[in-house]
Amino acid sequence: MKLPALNNKSERPAELNRREFFKSGAAVASVTLAPGVTLMAFGGEASANADPGKRWGMLIDVNKCSTDCNACVTACSEENGWKLDGNPETDPQWIRKIDLKHKETGREASLPMMCQHCETPPCVDVCPTGASFKRVDGIVLVDKHICIGCRYCMMACPFKARSFVHEEIEDQKSNAPRGKGTVESCTLCVHRVDAGRVPACVESCSATGNGAMMFGDLNDPNSEIAQALKNYPSMGLRDDLRVNPGVRYTNL
Amino acid sequence: MDRTVYREVKPTPAIWLMAVIAAAFIGAAGLAVLYIEHHGHIVTGMNNQIVWGLPHVFAIFLIVAASGALNVASIASVFGKIENKPMARYSGLLSIALLAGGLAVLVLDLGRPDRLIVAMTKYNFTSIFAWNVILYNGFFAVVGAYLFVQMARNISPKVVKSVGTAAFVWRLALTTGTGSIFGWLVARPGYDAAIMAPLFIIMSFSFGLAFFILVLGTTFPLTGRYIGPNLVKRLGRLLGVFAVAVLYFTAIRHLTNLYAAEHGDFERFILFSGNIYTKLFWIGQVLIGGVIPAAMLLRHAENTTKGQVILASVLIIIGGFAHLYGIIIGGQAFPLEIFPMYEVTSTFADGQINNYTPTIYEWALGMGGVALAVMIAGMGVVALRILPMNLSDRNIDPTEPDF
Ligand code: SF4
Ligand code: SF4
Repeated sequence: MKLPALNNKSERPAELNRREFFKSGAAVASVTLAPGVTLMAFGGEASANADPGKRWGMLIDVNKCSTDCNACVTACSEENGWKLDGNPETDPQWIRKIDLKHKETGREASLPMMCQHCETPPCVDVCPTGASFKRVDGIVLVDKHICIGCRYCMMACPFKARSFVHEEIEDQKSNAPRGKGTVESCTLCVHRVDAGRVPACVESCSATGNGAMMFGDLNDPNSEIAQALKNYPSMGLRDDLRVNPGVRYTNL
Repeated sequence: MDRTVYREVKPTPAIWLMAVIAAAFIGAAGLAVLYIEHHGHIVTGMNNQIVWGLPHVFAIFLIVAASGALNVASIASVFGKIENKPMARYSGLLSIALLAGGLAVLVLDLGRPDRLIVAMTKYNFTSIFAWNVILYNGFFAVVGAYLFVQMARNISPKVVKSVGTAAFVWRLALTTGTGSIFGWLVARPGYDAAIMAPLFIIMSFSFGLAFFILVLGTTFPLTGRYIGPNLVKRLGRLLGVFAVAVLYFTAIRHLTNLYAAEHGDFERFILFSGNIYTKLFWIGQVLIGGVIPAAMLLRHAENTTKGQVILASVLIIIGGFAHLYGIIIGGQAFPLEIFPMYEVTSTFADGQINNYTPTIYEWALGMGGVALAVMIAGMGVVALRILPMNLSDRNIDPTEPDF
């Protein structure tokens, strides 16, 4: 497993461009400020890996998602170490399945819901400390070093994508640092994306054969996802708010 | 000229008793905070749906009241109302005390209160919260300076007036900032109204003055000093006007929301669905906190007694709590509408009305904030020359007959 380790400089790719170099400098500073807690945060380091030319996103085909499938939720929970443990009111839920029934037509549908990685994220706008931040490649994260647990971002998120950690956490995954008293949400599996892989939910969805989730670079006109978005109708949730989510839905 | 004599209050047994009670509440709040910090917010009634709970109701009430408590001083020095002048110092002290109490609650409810230093050193300037941190700190400084220039010798009235004006402007900004916390939550139907900022300003006038009257009216006699009935009447009349203004702005808020189609469901939820928020609205906020005290204070304004004015202040404070509970908790209880045309179900309470039952820890924390405000105000009047020896009507305005 590749840890998002920054204090280990030998792991850094040799061909850092200037921007990355600058960013990683900032990351080292933040690491030095807080020795021993390097794994507790997505700080400058997670930013350093981001490619400003990309915008990562997802396309979810609601027709292909089945009501009784929960594979994406299970995969996320295993990948990132959170558990829905019998207290749905306080347990964290980075991703959840929502079942829908149209009020007029009765049409039923089911879809996964998680942080939509908004282009203009309200959670980032309201965060007093800057703990909520958006990487240059569009992934929205919480820096666990500086989150004070005010929950203003949870009030501001239009999609209830965030959870507050209400209890002490055991068995953390090193790729998904978490902490009691801070807020967390889907990271788009940033640790996987930075290693050139796709998010765990997407992988598990294809494994079921449903293939309802597509992941890719929205900025690359030749990517599969950009092509699909170009050729088929899709929508961002709450488009009226103009947050331009990076997660889009089709056949809804 | 200011003929008023200010003296430190001698701690009588009654004052000691108040101090002991306040200290007990503060101690209980401290224990509650330690308990919550140790176990996490799981031991509170707050959850991932109702993320701001009772502590926020207390905190925002105190912060809003803080800027309102400065009214009496502002009226004296900014608007030149000489008869309010003897109470100006106390008004300034009380506003500092209330703000400190409110902020303490807000900070101690954070998931990581130990990181307060982060909040003080890292600012995200697009966040209204970050601006509020600056506004709150500045308020202490400006009102502190205002107290100082009032109490120091040989400071020209011009200086007092300009510092007083600065404090007045600052407090308007502070309340606007507090109201805007909600105005920024565009996704929630209960909050995204421009009227929130002016509503909060008028609420601060009302709650702050009510608190001022209540504390003055109950503690002044405890210190063995005299307060004139006409003075209380005049403050009462002003309070009555503020109470009516709050009712008016509340009506506008809900009426405009009712006409905005996308907010209709939320308004029906708050106003007519018969749940706790409906009751809090009609009984707590409108009746107890608005109509009844306004009638008490304004109907026969000439004949209101001290007791009635104090009672009306208590009612307005109760109504104010109901009001903020409705805004803060009610606004979160109503489900977010992500899929307008669909009925939705999930493990994360999508589409459901969210429940909230505060625990003893949240009550303890909130009450501790009130107690802290009382304690600071009390220590202030004991240690400093804040309170005038006499607030009889003749002492304040020589044309008034004394009783
Ligand atoms: S979905 Fe919510 S948490 Fe995710 S970026 Fe948008 S506002 Fe932030
Ligand atoms: S809870 Fe943390 S991430 Fe969210 S707004 Fe507060 S400080 Fe920012």
